[in-house]
Amino acid sequence: MIPAPFEYEAAESAGHALELLARHGEDAKLLAGGHSLLPMMKLRLAFPSVVIDIGRVGELAGIRADGDDLLIGATTCHADVAASDLVRSQAPLLAYAAAQVGDPQIRHRGTIGGSVAHADPAADLPMALVALGGSLEISGPGGPRTVSADDFFAGFFETSLEPDELLTAVRVPRRPGPDWGYQKFVRRANDWAIVGVAVAGGRIALANMGPVPVRAVAAEQALAGGASVADAAALAAEGTDPAEDIHADRAYRQHLARILTRRALEHQTG
Amino acid sequence: MQIELTVNGAPRSDEVEPRLLLVHYLRQRCGLRAANVGCDTTSCGACTVLVNGRSVKSCTMLAVQAAGQEITTAEGLATGGEMHPVQQAFRQEHGLQCGFCTPGMVMAAAGLLAENPHPTEAEVREGLEGNFCRCTGYHNIVRAVLSAAEDMSA
Amino acid sequence: MSILGTRVVRTEDPGFLTTGAVYTDDVVDERLAGTCHVFFVRSPIAHARIRAVDVSAALESPGVIAAFTGAALADLPPLAPPMPDLVDGRMAQPLLARDVVRYVGEPVAVVITEDTYQGEDAAELVSADYDPLPAVVDLAAAADDPPSLLFPEAGTNVTATFGDASALQADLFDGCEVVVSRTIVNQRVAPAPMETRAAAAVWGDDGRLTAWIPNQGAQGTRGALAAMLAIDPSSLRIITPDVGGAFGAKFGADPEHAVVCWVARQLGRPARWAETRNENMIAMTHGRAQRQTITIGGSRDGTVTAYRLEILQDSGAYPRFGAFLPALTILMAPGPYAISRAEAVARSVVTNTTPVGAYRGAGRPEATAAVERAIDMFAAEIGRDPAEVRRVNLLPKFTQPHRTAFGAVYDSGDYVTALDAALDAAGYAALRAEQARRRAAGDVTQLGIGLASYVEITGAGAESGAPRENATVEVFPDGSATILTGTSPHGQGHATVWAMLASEELGIPVDRITVKWGDTDLIPEGGGTGGSRSLQQGGVAVRQASLELLEVARERAAAALEANPADLVFEPERSAFEVAGDPDAAVPLAKLAVEERLVVRTVFIAPGATFPFGAHVAVVEVDTETGKVVLRRVVTVDDAGTVINPLLAEGQRHGGIAQGAAQAFLEEVLYDADGNPLTATFADYPFLSATEVPSFELADMATPTSYNPLGVKGIGEAGTIGATPAVQNAVIDALAHLGVRHIDLPATPQRVWRALQDVSAGKDA
Repeated sequence: MIPAPFEYEAAESAGHALELLARHGEDAKLLAGGHSLLPMMKLRLAFPSVVIDIGRVGELAGIRADGDDLLIGATTCHADVAASDLVRSQAPLLAYAAAQVGDPQIRHRGTIGGSVAHADPAADLPMALVALGGSLEISGPGGPRTVSADDFFAGFFETSLEPDELLTAVRVPRRPGPDWGYQKFVRRANDWAIVGVAVAGGRIALANMGPVPVRAVAAEQALAGGASVADAAALAAEGTDPAEDIHADRAYRQHLARILTRRALEHQTG
Repeated sequence: MQIELTVNGAPRSDEVEPRLLLVHYLRQRCGLRAANVGCDTTSCGACTVLVNGRSVKSCTMLAVQAAGQEITTAEGLATGGEMHPVQQAFRQEHGLQCGFCTPGMVMAAAGLLAENPHPTEAEVREGLEGNFCRCTGYHNIVRAVLSAAEDMSA
Repeated sequence: MSILGTRVVRTEDPGFLTTGAVYTDDVVDERLAGTCHVFFVRSPIAHARIRAVDVSAALESPGVIAAFTGAALADLPPLAPPMPDLVDGRMAQPLLARDVVRYVGEPVAVVITEDTYQGEDAAELVSADYDPLPAVVDLAAAADDPPSLLFPEAGTNVTATFGDASALQADLFDGCEVVVSRTIVNQRVAPAPMETRAAAAVWGDDGRLTAWIPNQGAQGTRGALAAMLAIDPSSLRIITPDVGGAFGAKFGADPEHAVVCWVARQLGRPARWAETRNENMIAMTHGRAQRQTITIGGSRDGTVTAYRLEILQDSGAYPRFGAFLPALTILMAPGPYAISRAEAVARSVVTNTTPVGAYRGAGRPEATAAVERAIDMFAAEIGRDPAEVRRVNLLPKFTQPHRTAFGAVYDSGDYVTALDAALDAAGYAALRAEQARRRAAGDVTQLGIGLASYVEITGAGAESGAPRENATVEVFPDGSATILTGTSPHGQGHATVWAMLASEELGIPVDRITVKWGDTDLIPEGGGTGGSRSLQQGGVAVRQASLELLEVARERAAAALEANPADLVFEPERSAFEVAGDPDAAVPLAKLAVEERLVVRTVFIAPGATFPFGAHVAVVEVDTETGKVVLRRVVTVDDAGTVINPLLAEGQRHGGIAQGAAQAFLEEVLYDADGNPLTATFADYPFLSATEVPSFELADMATPTSYNPLGVKGIGEAGTIGATPAVQNAVIDALAHLGVRHIDLPATPQRVWRALQDVSAGKDA
C-alpha cells in the first residue's frame, strides 16, 4: 500500500510553512513524523495534493520551561517527550502518556503535534492534555493564538485548527508530584485505548468515550464536593456517548470508564 | 526529487518520487531487501531500520524524509564480516524460524539495546511490542536479546 | 559422539540474519527481466450479482499494460474443491468472479502495470456495479434457514456431511448420572504468515511455465496450478524461494497464483504479484471456524461414559480444505480418553466469507478444544478437580497400537504420565492453594489454572496409500554432499536437521551438506511440509538414503581395497571405509565418488500416522472488574518421540503454544452482519505480540514410536492443539467459583466481563 501521488515541499521555517499553507490551501497537509498522516495516505483515506514537510524546522522542536508552563515544540517526538527530564519532573503524566503511544519505533517518529492535530479520540496525548489543562499554540495568517485543549478538539478526528494554520507548540502547566493517575485499557500493549483515563489533580479526562477526549465532569464535581474516590468514579461515565466497535459495546465502555477512573484516582498507572 | 543520504555508512544520491516509501527505496533502489513489508499499517515492524541510530518503521517514512539522515539496515549491522552480537545471539538462541520478521526484529533489538543496554525480560518484551513474529518465537527472541545484552556488556 | 539429539544451531541463519532470506518478492532472476506487475481488484461486497466491471478508466492510467475481468478467463477451469467425493463439486471458485461474487475480497479483475506504484493507482480506477444479494454470514442459519443460497444450483448451502445425524443414538446418555451439553465456538482465525502470498511467473520459449511461489510443497502447488491453467504438470516448473511462514495456508495454489501465470502467458512477458496485508487478511484462507455442540455424560465418581460431538463447519464462500476439517476433528474426537460410547457428526456449509483452509493443527485443535472443554464442564458439574477427572478417564499406557471407535490407530500412548509430569512441573498443588487464597480473600485479580490433555495425529500422509517421502543423497569427490528432499521447510530448519541426519551416517560435517527442496524439475515428487509430517517421513528418508548410499559405497570400497565388503567397516569419524582391524587400509567416502556419481534416491514408507501426545497447564490472571486476561504461565509436556535437535523442537513447541494461546484470548476474524470484514488489517486483527505471552516452561518426555527407525513423531502443531483449551479452561477456572461455566473463544475482556455480569444476574454462563 502506497500513498497517491503528491507534490512535496520542505518547509524551512515556521513562517515558510505558513506561506506554503497559504499558497496551497486545503489541498495541502502538514507532515512532521508522518505517523498519523502517512498511514491515512497509504490507506487512501487521505490524499493531499501537496505535502508540506515541517520535520526539519528546528524552531518547532524542543522542550523548555516557560514560567509556570512547559512548552513542547509540535514536532518533538514521543520518545523525546517521554525521556525528557524536564517533562518527567514537571509533568510526569505527560511523560508517561508519551511513553504509552504505539511502540518504540512509532515513538521515535511520531510527534506530539501530529498526534494532537490528528485528534484520534482513542489516543494518549489528546487525553493527557485535556487532563493536564494544557493548551495549543497556533500560528496562522492572523497571527498566533492559544486554544485550550478543552476547546481544541472539535469532533471525531476534527480540531479547531484552520487549514491555513500551523500548530507550533503544546503548552502544559507544570504539575510535578504524584497527584496523577493514568489508565489505558488495551488488549495488546501497542494498541489504542479501548478506554483511557488520565487524572491530574481534580481533572479527569477520558479517551475513546466519545468523538473527542472528554472530561468526566460529574465525577470531577463530585470529587470537588468531597465525594469519595469510589463514589466519584461511579459517575465517570455520566453524559458519555461512546462508540461501539469490535472490542467494546457502549455498556462495557461505560463500565470500564468507571473502573478505570477509580484506579486512576487512586494514582494507579497501567 | 533528489535526495542525499547515508545508507549503511555509504553516501548515496538518488532521484525519487516524493511518495516513495523508505522501505521501497531501500529494497528497490538500494537492492537492500532484508527489510520486509509485512503489514502496511505500521503494525508489524518487519520493515524496521535504524534512522540516526533509532529504530523506525521504514514503511511509514518517505524516502524524502530520509534525506540527510543515516540509515542502517540489517545488511549494515555486521562489521568486518562478523555478525553483530544481536545477530549472533539470534542464531545461538534459535531466535528466528521463517526469518521474515528477523531483519526488523534484529534492528528493533539493536535499537533497544542502544537505548537500554541492560533490559529486563519485561523491558525486552515491551521494547519489541512493535515487531510481530508469526512463527511465533517470542520466547527465543527475548532470550536472544537478553543474551546479546550480556555479550555486549561483557 | 552422535550429533543427533544435540542443539545444533541452524545453517540457514547467517544469511537470514545478515542479508535477509530470499522470499518470492526478493527474487532477482534474469528470467524475470522486464516483468510486469499484477494487481487484483477485489469485491467490496459479500454477496452480489456482478452487473458490470469497467476497466476502461484504469487502462488510461499511467503505466497500465492491460486489464482483465473474469470473462477473459472464462475458458479456464475453476479451483476444484478437494476431496471431490466428499464435497459438492459445483461449489468451485472461478479464477476471477464472473457472474456472482461470494465474499469480500474475491478477485473480480486484474490490472497489469509496468511498476508497482502504478498498479495501486490504476486498480482504484476499476469500477464495478453490483446487485447485492442477501449475505449468508450466520453459521447456524446458513445451513437450515439461509437468507440465500450461494450456489442455487446445489439447492443447499451444505457442502459436505460427515456421519449420519439422523442415526445419532437417542439412548447414548442413558444411565449417565450427569449429562452436560453446550454449543461452543471454535472461532475463525487468520493464519497471517508474515510473508503474504506472492508469485512470479514466466513462460519459456519451449512453452514451459516457470513459477516462483511461496508454498508448503512445490509438487502439490504444481498439480493445483496445472489444473487451474489446464496444462500438463510436466510443462510447469515450480521454484520455491524462502517462505516466510505458512501454517497450512500455503499448500497447493490459489486462484490468484493461476491468474498471474495466465497473465504472463497472455502478455508474453514475466509477471509478478505480491499481495498487501489487507488482501491477505480477506483473501488468504482462514482457519478453524467451527461451531460445536458437545454433550458429555458419566457418573459422579468422575467416570465419563458417553460423549457426542456435533460440528457445524464454516467453509467460507468456496469449499477448500476447510470443508474437510471436520473429518480430522471427528477422527480425533475422543482424544486421549477411554470413553465407552462416543459419536460425532458434522456438516460443512458455505457462507459469504473468506474460504476456510488449514491452519496449524487443522481439525485436530478443534477436536481437542471440544473434548477438553467437555471434560472441564463435566468436572465442574460434579465438583471434582479437573486433573483427577482426566486421570480417571485417560487411556492407560499402551505400547501396542490402539484403535479408537473413530478409526484412528494410536501408535502408543502414556497419557497419565504426561499429565502428571505437566502438573508436577507446574506445581499444581501450590497453584491450587494460591487460587484458594485469592478466592477466600475475594481478590480482584483471580487465578485460573487450565489443563489440556491431548493426543494428535501427525504424518497422516497422502490422500491415498501409506505415508511416504523421498530423499536423494549424493556425496561428491570434494567431500561435500547434497540432499534433495520432498519436504518443504518454511521456518522448521530442515536444512540443518536433514544435514544432521546425513552427517550422522556419512561422517560429513553439517556445514558441508547442502539441502535442496522445492524445485519440481530437480525433485519431481514430494509431499511437502504440513501435518507435522516432515521429520518422521522426509527426515527418516534422508537417513535411509544415507544408509543405502553407504551400501553402494561399500561395494566400491571393497573393490578399491581388494577386500570383502563384509570385512569393511565404515568409520563416520573419518568418513571412510576401513578393513576391520586394519585402519591403515582405508578409503574415504568422497574418493568413492570420483569415478562414478555416488548418489542414492530412496522412498521411506511409514506403516501409518503417528499420534504424539502431551499435557498443557496454563495459568492466567483474570481481572474480575474489567474482564482482562493475563497469561502468566504455560507449562507443557509434548511427547513427539525421539528429539533430533532439541533447540529446533523447542522452537516448534514455543511457536505452537503462542499461536494456540493467542486463539484462546486474542485472535478472531470478525464480520458484520452483511459480511464485511472487521479485522482486515494488522491494526484491527489482534495479532499476538511479545507483551501478551510469558516465557514458556517445557518439560521433556519422549516415547519413541516404532513406526520409523528414528522413533520420531511430529512436533509442529502440538502447541496449538494443547494450548488453546488449556488457556481457555484456565480463564473459566479463574471464575468458576463465581458460577461461570463457559466463555467462548477468544476470551476477550468484554466477553469475560459479560460472563461475570450474566452470573451475577442469575443467568447461566
